[in-house]
Amino acid sequence: MIYMTSMEEVIMKYGYFPGCSQTGSAKEYDISLRKVIEKLGASFDEINDWSCCGATSAHVTNHKLSSALAMRNVMLAGQQGLENMVAPCAACYNRLITSQYEIANHPEIRNETEELLSAKFEKDIKVINILELFLKIGINKITENRKRELSELKVACYYGCLLVRPAAITKFDDAEQPVSMEKIVESTGAKTVDWNYKVECCGAAHSVARRDIVVDLSKKIIEDARSHGANIMAVACPMCHTNLDMRQRAMKRAYPGHEEFPVLYLTELIGLALGMNEHELGIDLHYINYKYTDPVLDNSVIR
Amino acid sequence: MCSDPGQNMIRDAIRDKGLDAIVVGSCSPHMHERTFRNAAVSAGINPFLVEIANLREHCSWVHDDLEAATQKAIELVRMAIEKVKRDKPLTKISVPVTKRVLVIGGGIAGIQAALDTANAGYEVVLVEKEPSIGGHMSQLSETFPTLDCSQCILTPRMVEVHQHPKIKLMTYSEVVKIEGFIGNFKATIKKKARHINEDLCSGCGLCITKCPTKKKAYNSFEEDLAFRPAVYIPFPQAVPNIPVIDETICMYYKNGKCGMCVKVCDRGAIDFDQKDTMLVADIGAIIVATGFKLYNIDKKSPDSRYKGYGEYGYGKYRDVIDGLQFERIASASGPTSGEIKRPSDGKVPKKIVFIQCVGSRDDSKGISYCSKICCMYTAKHAMLYKHKVHDGEAYIFYMDIRAGGKMYEEFVRRAIEEDDVKYIRGRVSRIYEENGKYIVKGEDTIAGMPVEIDADLVVLATAMIPQDNSAALARTIGIPYDKYGFFNEAHPKLRPVESTTAGVFLAGACQSPRDIPESVAMASAAACKATILLSSDTLEREPVVAKVNEDLCAGCFYCKKVCPFGAIEVKDVKDLNGIVYKEVAYINQGVCQGCGTCTATCLSKSIELAGFNNEEIFAEIAAL
Amino acid sequence: MDKEKWEPKIAAFVCNWCTYTGADLAGTSRMKYPANAKMIRVMCSGSIDPVFIIKAFERGADGVLVSGCHPNDCHYNAGNFHARRRWDFFHELLDFIGIEKDRLQFSWISASEGKKFADVIEKVTKDIKALGPFTAYKKMNSEFTAMFPEIPEADKEIVIKEKETV
Ligand SMILES: Cc1cc2nc3c(=O)[nH]c(=O)nc-3n(C[C@H](O)[C@H](O)[C@H](O)COP(=O)(O)OP(=O)(O)OC[C@H]3O[C@@H](n4cnc5c(N)ncnc54)[C@H](O)[C@@H]3O)c2cc1C
Ligand code: SF4
Ligand code: SF4
Repeated sequence: MIYMTSMEEVIMKYGYFPGCSQTGSAKEYDISLRKVIEKLGASFDEINDWSCCGATSAHVTNHKLSSALAMRNVMLAGQQGLENMVAPCAACYNRLITSQYEIANHPEIRNETEELLSAKFEKDIKVINILELFLKIGINKITENRKRELSELKVACYYGCLLVRPAAITKFDDAEQPVSMEKIVESTGAKTVDWNYKVECCGAAHSVARRDIVVDLSKKIIEDARSHGANIMAVACPMCHTNLDMRQRAMKRAYPGHEEFPVLYLTELIGLALGMNEHELGIDLHYINYKYTDPVLDNSVIR
Repeated sequence: MCSDPGQNMIRDAIRDKGLDAIVVGSCSPHMHERTFRNAAVSAGINPFLVEIANLREHCSWVHDDLEAATQKAIELVRMAIEKVKRDKPLTKISVPVTKRVLVIGGGIAGIQAALDTANAGYEVVLVEKEPSIGGHMSQLSETFPTLDCSQCILTPRMVEVHQHPKIKLMTYSEVVKIEGFIGNFKATIKKKARHINEDLCSGCGLCITKCPTKKKAYNSFEEDLAFRPAVYIPFPQAVPNIPVIDETICMYYKNGKCGMCVKVCDRGAIDFDQKDTMLVADIGAIIVATGFKLYNIDKKSPDSRYKGYGEYGYGKYRDVIDGLQFERIASASGPTSGEIKRPSDGKVPKKIVFIQCVGSRDDSKGISYCSKICCMYTAKHAMLYKHKVHDGEAYIFYMDIRAGGKMYEEFVRRAIEEDDVKYIRGRVSRIYEENGKYIVKGEDTIAGMPVEIDADLVVLATAMIPQDNSAALARTIGIPYDKYGFFNEAHPKLRPVESTTAGVFLAGACQSPRDIPESVAMASAAACKATILLSSDTLEREPVVAKVNEDLCAGCFYCKKVCPFGAIEVKDVKDLNGIVYKEVAYINQGVCQGCGTCTATCLSKSIELAGFNNEEIFAEIAAL
Repeated sequence: MDKEKWEPKIAAFVCNWCTYTGADLAGTSRMKYPANAKMIRVMCSGSIDPVFIIKAFERGADGVLVSGCHPNDCHYNAGNFHARRRWDFFHELLDFIGIEKDRLQFSWISASEGKKFADVIEKVTKDIKALGPFTAYKKMNSEFTAMFPEIPEADKEIVIKEKETV
């Protein structure tokens, strides 16, 4: 049954575009993602010579540059014989699909970009985000491989603004009331909470220039999660994580009495469920200390 | 040619030369066919022996090449001559008119149409799908622009309908089939089982008070803000004032027990065995007045034409309500007895945010049109609120204020100036709940600032959309509808209350969003059109109808399948002894509209369309 | 025959409510189009018998246009749906009986589409011109008339006229 195996391969092998954060501030996102994927029986084919996607300042300062940067990576994926590529960072994901959308709908942008890159975009590469990745792999796989029940966790799933919007371009989940991350989190055995701020903005790239704005916005997000009964938050974007985790120190200064709130990458949460420990997953690299205590196994998982 | 001298020329030529048919080379038959036919008639020629060669619109006005145009004109005339040679004299068909009007829908439009028609002396059958007539107007508290009580002005009319000797009121009923044609419709109406004998019930309501299923179902008249038992009257002023038993929740239908209502009803009116009944009525004209419903913000199925509002919570917040719910809360007979209280905890809201154009004027949600009434009723709601909660704050988010109408703009100004309602121009991007408050995030496009209001209650002015079954009903009646499901008028300016189907008229919000004055005006206009139709005993029709040659007909009845009007019937042909020896097609001349689809379908070529028979067309082709 | 000078003869079968009225509109708007097509008005495109079309070819038409109301706009609700089905089949058959498919064209033209009407006539005329005169059936027709001399008066005139011109 050659047919079957080839199908299998298509589903379980993914092009991987780490994105800049993944090599620096979000190293633990990269580490945990790769480990989790391996445990679930899938594999990554990293794009050779990938570069910045243009998501940060490029798309506000130079439109041409931003689409050329994004499409360069898409083009490389095509040259490497890939059909799809995973962009774990929500900002990269958004930048990549937006460029694809613009190129598909505006011949002049297409021509300009093709000229800049001296290439023709012929192959259709499907760019997928981290949630789509787990849905494609199958959340039943997570449940099947579960080593721990995370039932003590009440998770606020935070999507941020870029993962599901604009709806016309992402064509994925509901732009205002998304539920796909909840489905994935629930497959780990953890509970999820219904809360208000799951698609509100955390301040994103203002993190450096206007820390005050970011602290205010992120504080609201954390407090809304807490007030709806969450004891932990799951995110799917390095930018969000920076704002919600690292900025809690600044939050303490701005809001005396601020209580720390753990914020984990979705992949770390899944990693915990699959039996990996905090160190393996890089959770110990976070600013807000977090250690999962399993009431049943009484923390017997080796550290 | 169409001038008097031109017509005289024709008349003279007919007389002087003893002509028996004429061809006119002139403008399009759509312009003056009637003129020339009349001229021919006055000179003693059958009007159907007149053919027109369209030399103006189809020739002289459209061709530059003079020679070619002249040649074409000659050929066109030749074709017309060949056709007229074979034309047969025809006489107009006259059909009788049934003097009874069917009104579908018992909202204010249907009520008004029924009363006007009945007062003109014609019989009316008024069919309403709910247990009571009244429609949406019966749910309203007070009405703009005068703020008079809706029930107070409506109830007398409802009673009048009930007592009118010429009106047969059929509530809890639906039209399931319409056959026939103008002047001669046949309507099949399903009367749903009420499980109450209408003749015996006195409307005392004892069964309702004793029914043990008190909180089993949402009361849809109260827009789900209250409950009702299995046996219920939708609202106290209902007409007729007779309860209905809801089989889906009644305990008797569940387990055969209970029967409490039977025990308490001293008139023995409860009838569990009652079945749906069908009634067939002969009808001359139809007035459709089935009204509207409100769009809701719930998540829609992916294939739905509409999209919901996830940003407003897809309906998960209990204190984010729609306009009709607010009407019920403000209504003295409503679930809060007219006190403004919010549904979740019954607290009096100190801050209300109203949002206009929810669904309406929003292509991304699937509706491009303006619902027309919500600017007005939102101003009304804010006023009613301020009149009842003096220290309350009312904010209205709007896109534009559309208050066209007599005393309408003044009404809105009153809300702003006298009642201190705060209008904010801009859209609301998000609503969420926080500690019992609803945080409304929006934009003030005049100040150019984002705004955030912590409201206790949010009222959405959701779009007016057609009733769920409107497309199906349109197909049943055979009238066209637009892409939303509103019924189409025959002409947007000159024939606004007629449908394109002869004998079917439209009134009220089923045609497009309408307020009460407009619905009533349309209803009276439709009633007037219907009575004009019924005022003559017979109707004249063009004789362009199909006829079967019974000798040739092979009885395959393919024609019956293709006829869009169901005009073709099966007829028995009998021999001298009265024994049926074959079945042939028979075309009801009253129903046939003359499209000729059957003629092209007939394999044995035994159907001919009068005025356009094969011989005539072949002659035209031959003369090409 | 002089190919340069030759002008095709086109029969247009049109419905009374949409296309005929659309053609009237083209006229009142003074739009210009070639004079090759002559219209035969029927009540509904649903009533156009394929035999009419064959007859038209037989009687010297080089091309035929059939046009009615847009689907869903039929004055008689559904006539044009029947027409559409019928033509789908019939078009296939044309090839088989030796008539180039492009000689028979269909379109939906509403009462408000005067411009479209002019454009369609323009296009059909151009297409038929490109195909050249249609002779196969004319030849057959004259052989046929020779075999059966007793043809109706009207038809005879045509035959005679044709002989003169050819
Ligand atoms: C919140 C709100 C506030 C309003 N306030 C005002 C106001 O202050 N002033 C004003 O002028 N207007 C107001 N309006 C508008 C007013 O409600 C309408 O103009 C009016 O109700 C239209 O009447 P109608 O008879 O056309 O339709 P409806 O009132 O909708 O009545 C239609 C009737 O037909 C019945 N029906 C439907 N389908 C069928 C069927 N297939 N067979 C049989 N029966 C059927 C329905 O059950 C219903 O009884 C308001 C509307 C809303 C939503
Ligand atoms: S029989 Fe049904 S309607 Fe009557 S009282 Fe019982 S539950 Fe109510
Ligand atoms: S009437 Fe006013 S609120 Fe309603 S859709 Fe039109 S503009 Fe919007």
